[in-house]
Amino acid sequence: MQIETPASSAGPFAHARTSIQRTMSLVMLALLPATLFGFWQFGWPAIFLFFATIGTALLAESACLKLAGKSQRLYLLDGSALLAGWLLAVSLPPWAPWWIGAIGAVIAVVVAKHVFGGLGQNLFNPAMVARVALLISFPLEMTSYVQPMPLFSADAPGFLQSVAISLGQPGFDAVSGATLLSHVRTELSQGMSLSEIIPDIAYLVSGAVGTIAGSMGETSALLILLGGLFLLANRVITWHTPVAMIGSLAILATLMNLYDPEHYAGALYHIVSGATLLVAFFIATDPVTSPVSKLGQIVFGAGCGVLVYVIRTWAGYPEGVAFAILLMNACTPMIDHYIRPRVYGRDRRGTPIEYADNAEMRQ
Amino acid sequence: MKLFKIRGGVHPQDNKHLAAGQAIEDLPMPALLHIPLQQHIGAPAKPAVRRGQQVAKGELLALSQGAISAPVHAPTSGRVMGVGSYPAHHASGLSVRTVTLKPDGEDRWSDEIQGVPDPFALAPEEIAARVAAAGIVGMGGATFPSAVKLNLRTRYRLHTLVINGAECEPYLTCDDRLMREHAEEVIDGVRIMAHALGVDRIIVAIENNKPEAQAAMALAASADPRIRIARLPTRYPMGSEKHLVQSLTGRETPARGLTADIGVVVHNGATAFAVHEALRWGRPLVSRVVTVSGGAVSRPRNLRVPLGARVQDLLEHCGGFAEQPAQLISGGPMMGQPLPSTRVPMVKGSNGVLALTTAEVTRHEPMPCIRCATCVQACPCGLVPLDMAAHTRAGDLEGAVSLGLMDCIGCGSCAYVCPAHIPLVQYFNYAKGEMAARGRAKQKMTETKRLAEQRTARMEAMKQAKREAMAKRKREAAAKKAAETAETDAAIATSGAAAEPPTIRAEA
Repeated sequence: MQIETPASSAGPFAHARTSIQRTMSLVMLALLPATLFGFWQFGWPAIFLFFATIGTALLAESACLKLAGKSQRLYLLDGSALLAGWLLAVSLPPWAPWWIGAIGAVIAVVVAKHVFGGLGQNLFNPAMVARVALLISFPLEMTSYVQPMPLFSADAPGFLQSVAISLGQPGFDAVSGATLLSHVRTELSQGMSLSEIIPDIAYLVSGAVGTIAGSMGETSALLILLGGLFLLANRVITWHTPVAMIGSLAILATLMNLYDPEHYAGALYHIVSGATLLVAFFIATDPVTSPVSKLGQIVFGAGCGVLVYVIRTWAGYPEGVAFAILLMNACTPMIDHYIRPRVYGRDRRGTPIEYADNAEMRQ
Repeated sequence: MKLFKIRGGVHPQDNKHLAAGQAIEDLPMPALLHIPLQQHIGAPAKPAVRRGQQVAKGELLALSQGAISAPVHAPTSGRVMGVGSYPAHHASGLSVRTVTLKPDGEDRWSDEIQGVPDPFALAPEEIAARVAAAGIVGMGGATFPSAVKLNLRTRYRLHTLVINGAECEPYLTCDDRLMREHAEEVIDGVRIMAHALGVDRIIVAIENNKPEAQAAMALAASADPRIRIARLPTRYPMGSEKHLVQSLTGRETPARGLTADIGVVVHNGATAFAVHEALRWGRPLVSRVVTVSGGAVSRPRNLRVPLGARVQDLLEHCGGFAEQPAQLISGGPMMGQPLPSTRVPMVKGSNGVLALTTAEVTRHEPMPCIRCATCVQACPCGLVPLDMAAHTRAGDLEGAVSLGLMDCIGCGSCAYVCPAHIPLVQYFNYAKGEMAARGRAKQKMTETKRLAEQRTARMEAMKQAKREAMAKRKREAAAKKAAETAETDAAIATSGAAAEPPTIRAEA
């Protein structure tokens, strides 16, 4: 019994049961409740848009892989294109025509990912690049929100009507609705005070539960939070980025609210409305485009929170979270350069630790 | 006792159940032993036997060479078949000088083998000298000659001896069994080492997944109030010397330093056992306990193995393979080396022979790095493996070094958790090897340059000397000529005639 084995491989010979596919699958699983809730709230048009977006994302990925000469088997099903498409879809107005999703998916996969070199090489989050590009290119379609009309309810559009909506044909009498953020912004600009615009806490509750106008998968703060906690529990993400982002946003909002309660909304409003939680748990934590060290992630998250507040409050886009993320994505290489973990046996600057008794001992 | 938190690390499935229940068993003496002369870090030992020579067990086969080296002794009595080359216990499969011994079956100890009645009456240097003579090296796998570490008190102020019984590598149970079955002997060795080091604080550190070993060692140590048993959390790489010391004392060993810098010396439990054998019985290190395990092994066991037995002999004793192994490893699955063949012999640092099945060696094709930073979280050294790998891949080895490549202990935690299955450790091993090679090349170049410069200087000096000699001769000739002319002139002037020939003035 004498065997010869190739000595090519080196250790470790054990491996944790992880893979990129598994990580991506867990993120999608975490997104599922909020997505299904969005389907139910906004009906068939939302479902069509979702599949148009992720379908196009996969097609675009496949085409890029072919051009790059990379293995379809390994990369197409790694989950990254699917997830990028998914994240884009849930951030779109639910009744946007199919081509909005398709164009967005092509931008996300081709421009934001493969132009940079493919999986792991992109500087900016693909879904957010696509969302911003669409918002600038198609402002009308990208800000047309509808009031929730739960699937199978009396006033929801039927299947065929939904096909027409998806194809961009008007004809169905939808109740258009403003999102909480755009509503507050418009009214504030008319000189109203916050106490008149947001009369009671019910507004915030509907924001938390998700029974308000908004993007397809981000209306329910609670379901997004549930998904985020699932990711934390499975160690797909760490607490540093989301806590830093939500924390800095909350602190800033609270300070401004204390300063002038009639013009600056409080922390809870900022947290439950718009894409705050979706971004905090699913986008800002995107490994590829965020820093690698824990301290770096805290800086990154805090930067996102501050920018979200600034853009929402003083800039022209009430739904400005995507801009905040892209700006911080651009800072990631710099953060990673300056903020590194402390190396064992060295101080923060990298010089070996010296103990007081050491010099004497070394003699 | 109070423990301190260390960063990073991973929790691989330990799979110790396969062999942990198996009491240590003696491997039947193989027909031939192949004893390499290099079983330690440092200079290889120099053969002291000839072909055909009869040796007794424990008799010297090879002498240590230099300050960091260890002698090699006969693992049993028999005849030396030759001193030749044989595949080394190393992933490369290259050959090293090896003594081949044919056991005579008597296993007779040499007559000169004698223990010391009271090791504690000996001077510390004497203990270290005996440990050196017994060929004892670090048995946790690093194989650093133990006597060198026992002599550290001459250069460092030491206060603590730590016995590393962590055994954090999955599958391995040889230290566990040794501590369970020979706790008295191990503790005796520990006390002898503490005496040699002159320390009165002794910590025996054992991971929590070995409760029997903890209990046995605590019982054996109960008579000595200086000894404390530390119950460590089970986490890889807890057995890393510097991390173990940090967990016990809260202090980090300075980068590029030794644990002795913070007053601590670490020895392995099996090394303590070997010290006991050497001092009490005079027996040199000629055998060790090895775990044979893995899903592909029919009957996993812990074997006491004479050094020089082949991997094959061990596997055969364990009933061979239950299924075709996907990977043969020497050591544990995290830091062990792939074995090139079952012919290689067991050496002083061998703590495990693993035959893993395809299911145990999960292999995936590497994917691109997605910067998920799980490697950063897992690194016990505070490094950023993904950046180091990126620099290495780009050929920027200096960049990798500036990111801390040389602080990497090669534990493999990063590669273990990488979801993209990137062989990070391979990158770092390559980069470290390449940097070492470059360092050697640079040193060689500097040396060559120095020699060339010296030669040029020498040649220049010679030329200069020649020129000077020539100039001197010229000057002399000129002076002589001048003198002659002057004389002649004088003669002409005085005598008015050119009658006399000029006289040569030798003294000029």
